[in-house]
Parts: sequence; C-alpha cells; structure tokens
Amino acid sequence: MKIAITSKGNTVDSPVDPRFGRAAGFMVCDIDTGECAYKDNAQNLSASQGAGIQSAKNVADSGVSAIVTGHCGPKAFSALKAAGIKIYTGAEGTVAENIEKFKAGSVKEIDNADVEGHWS
Amino acid sequence: MKEEIRQTTTIAVASGKGGTGKTTVAVNLALTFSRAGKKTLLLDCDVEAPNAHIFLGTEGMESSRVTVRVPVVDESKCDGCGACGKACRFSAIVSLGGKALTFPSLCHACGGCVIACPNKAISEGEREIGAAFRGMFHGVDFAYGKLRIGEAMSPPLIRVVKKFKSDAELAIVDSPPGTSCPVVQSVRGSDYVALVTEPTPFGLHDLKLAVEMIREIGIPFGCIVNRAEAGDRLAHDFCLENDIPVIGAIPDDRRAAEAYSRGIPLIDALPDFKLLFEELGGKLIETAEACARKEVRR
Ligand code: SF4
Ligand code: SF4
Repeated sequence: MKIAITSKGNTVDSPVDPRFGRAAGFMVCDIDTGECAYKDNAQNLSASQGAGIQSAKNVADSGVSAIVTGHCGPKAFSALKAAGIKIYTGAEGTVAENIEKFKAGSVKEIDNADVEGHWS
Repeated sequence: MKEEIRQTTTIAVASGKGGTGKTTVAVNLALTFSRAGKKTLLLDCDVEAPNAHIFLGTEGMESSRVTVRVPVVDESKCDGCGACGKACRFSAIVSLGGKALTFPSLCHACGGCVIACPNKAISEGEREIGAAFRGMFHGVDFAYGKLRIGEAMSPPLIRVVKKFKSDAELAIVDSPPGTSCPVVQSVRGSDYVALVTEPTPFGLHDLKLAVEMIREIGIPFGCIVNRAEAGDRLAHDFCLENDIPVIGAIPDDRRAAEAYSRGIPLIDALPDFKLLFEELGGKLIETAEACARKEVRR
C-alpha cells in the first residue's frame, strides 16, 4: 500500500509540511517495502485558487490510497474523497515518524475538511 | 471621423474599505440629480451586501434569476482521460480516480472543458448565482443585484446589473468596497470615480490602495471625505500629498447617523444636507461631464 505525506523536503527525515494544497512536495512511500520517492508540488505553491484540487490530482496520479498531512481544506477533501483516498490530518514531526505512526494506526482519519479553503 | 454621442454620463462611487458611507453618497447623489430634473439611473453593484434599496424601497421591483453556465459530466461517457482538467485554468474540473469531478464555485464558465473533451462527455448546465432587481423609486431608475449567500462569483451578476438599459442622462454606480476584481468590474466604463473615504489613518491607507487601482484602470477620479470633523486637515493634507483631488467633504453629524439607521435618505431628513449634496453633486457632474466629453473627443 502506498501513502503520501506532505513534506517540506525530499527525504524521510524532512519535516512534515502542515499544508496540503500548498505543500512543498510529497513523500510517496510504499509502506510494505519501505521504498520512498519524492514528488514535487511547487507549481501549486503560487496558485491563487484550486491548489488543493491540483495537489489532490497530483497525489491521486501517483496511486496512493492514503494521505497524511497537517490540515485539509474542503475542496481538496472532496477531490481526495472522489479519488477514494483516505485523509489523515494533524501530522507533526518528520516524514519517517509519520510513516511509523501510520503503520501503528495512531494517525487521525477525518471525514470532513478541517480548515477553511485558503489554509489548504 | 466617427462622432459618437454619449448618452449617459456614468459616475462610479467607490471606496477602499466598507463602512465609509459610500451607499449614502450614491443614494443621495442620485436623488439630488433626479430632483434637479436629470433622468437618473442608480446601479447598486455591491452585490455581496447591497443596501441602497433600504433607502429607496423594493416594492414592485422586477426580478430575474442570474445564472452562469457550468460543465455537467455524463459519467457513462467519461473515461477519465483528464483532457478537461488540462484545459481548465481554474482547477474547476479535474479527473480523479477515473472520473471527471467539477468544482462549480471555481468555474468561470469559459466552456474550454466542453471543447477539450474527446468523448463529448461534458454538456453545459446552469448554476444560479443570484438575482437582479429593477424598479423606479422617487423618480430614480434603480437596479441592484443580490448574490446568493456563500457564492463567490460576483462579476457575472455585476455585469447583468450594469447592463440595465436606460435612457438616463446620468448613471450612478455604487461599487463594492475594496480593490478586488468585482470592484474593477463595477467601476470600469465609468466616466468618473468618486472615492469616498473617512479621515482616519485606516481610511486613508485604504484610499491610497483604491487610488492606485483607479489609476491603473485609467479613469479620472476625485475624493469625497465623509464624516469630516470641522478643522481637521488629516484627509485634505493626505490628498494633497498624494495628488488626489478633493471634490468635497460631508461633515460628521449625529443626525446623519440617525437618519441612516431609520433608512431615510439624508437629503430628506436634513435640509442642510440637501444643500450640501446639491453643491457636491453640481461640482461632481460638471467634472464628470467634462471627462465624458473629453472621452468622446478622444
Ligand atoms: S467551463 Fe472553463 S472554467 Fe469552467 S470548468 Fe470548464 S474549463 Fe474550467
Ligand atoms: S475530458 Fe471528457 S472524458 Fe476526459 S476526463 Fe474530462 S470529462 Fe472525462
């Protein structure tokens, strides 16, 4: 199973980026094999609107089944839901720490957007 | 040379921020002009928070629904190819999980996705964004728009309100406050802009932003200082420094606030304000008409 974690850098030791739509990038990790790859999200950093939607498209296209991030806005939420991707928020610390937390089942799944639009 | 005679002189009333008394100025100017025998049209384009009708009335107004086109995806024809999402500059449509998904609140109704779809899976639907109203009150031909709550797409509704045809000599446009896209939409096409400001540091800061915007659009403008305290030079000095012409000032008066809260136009409630608006209006119209003539000659 592959998951994506919003990340400020391109290694598993990078800090989690709390934003989803305007995340610097994603670490896409296969939690079974432990393989991780970085996916850049820079084109969305400056988007005035729809950043959450494009980020959702970006992660959906890499075939993940779940996303771990800090916060998720309403549009990104609907887009991720439509793609059948589970959303976990409240992530802090490094990417590696959150992979462990995800495996241990101690991340929080949400079934509603947890912030207003522009935060995402 | 093509000589085009301008029928209507249009004056937009705008302000850098809300609560400066912009609507008060717009309504009282419209009434003043109409009573001076000019055929006057008032267009309240502040569609997110229209309030000119509080002073004029709403009875018997004609109303019309205002809709915008939105893409509707036929899921049985969509194969998730993603061409629609690539065509959309606004992220209002995106293909996810093998199906196209729309975000109507972001859609600018350009129709690009409809053309882009290779499978003809997208057709045009309608989304209601608000309503436009029109009526005649105290001799003023009056129209306003009201955006649906939570709706963000105000420019199409503003366009509808501004299109109300009239044989008026004079049109007053009550613009939304601020400097965003809907403001530009409202102000554009006017011969002159009257910027209403308060003589406070915040008011003047926002005035400066509004001036930058109007200069960018390239419409002649002047400033009306509202709630001016006698002898206070703050606003006038500021305007002088920043090269902003001052058309006039409206004094701070508790009676004005009272009339406002009762929904009575200032010029009906207070004779001294009636005189003040006659003077202000005269000055404004002279300048605006001069600008309109210049525009025709150009
Ligand atoms: S009509 Fe234009 S703005 Fe709306 S979804 Fe299609 S391409 Fe995007
Ligand atoms: S372009 Fe047409 S077929 Fe392709 S994803 Fe969009 S709606 Fe579906």
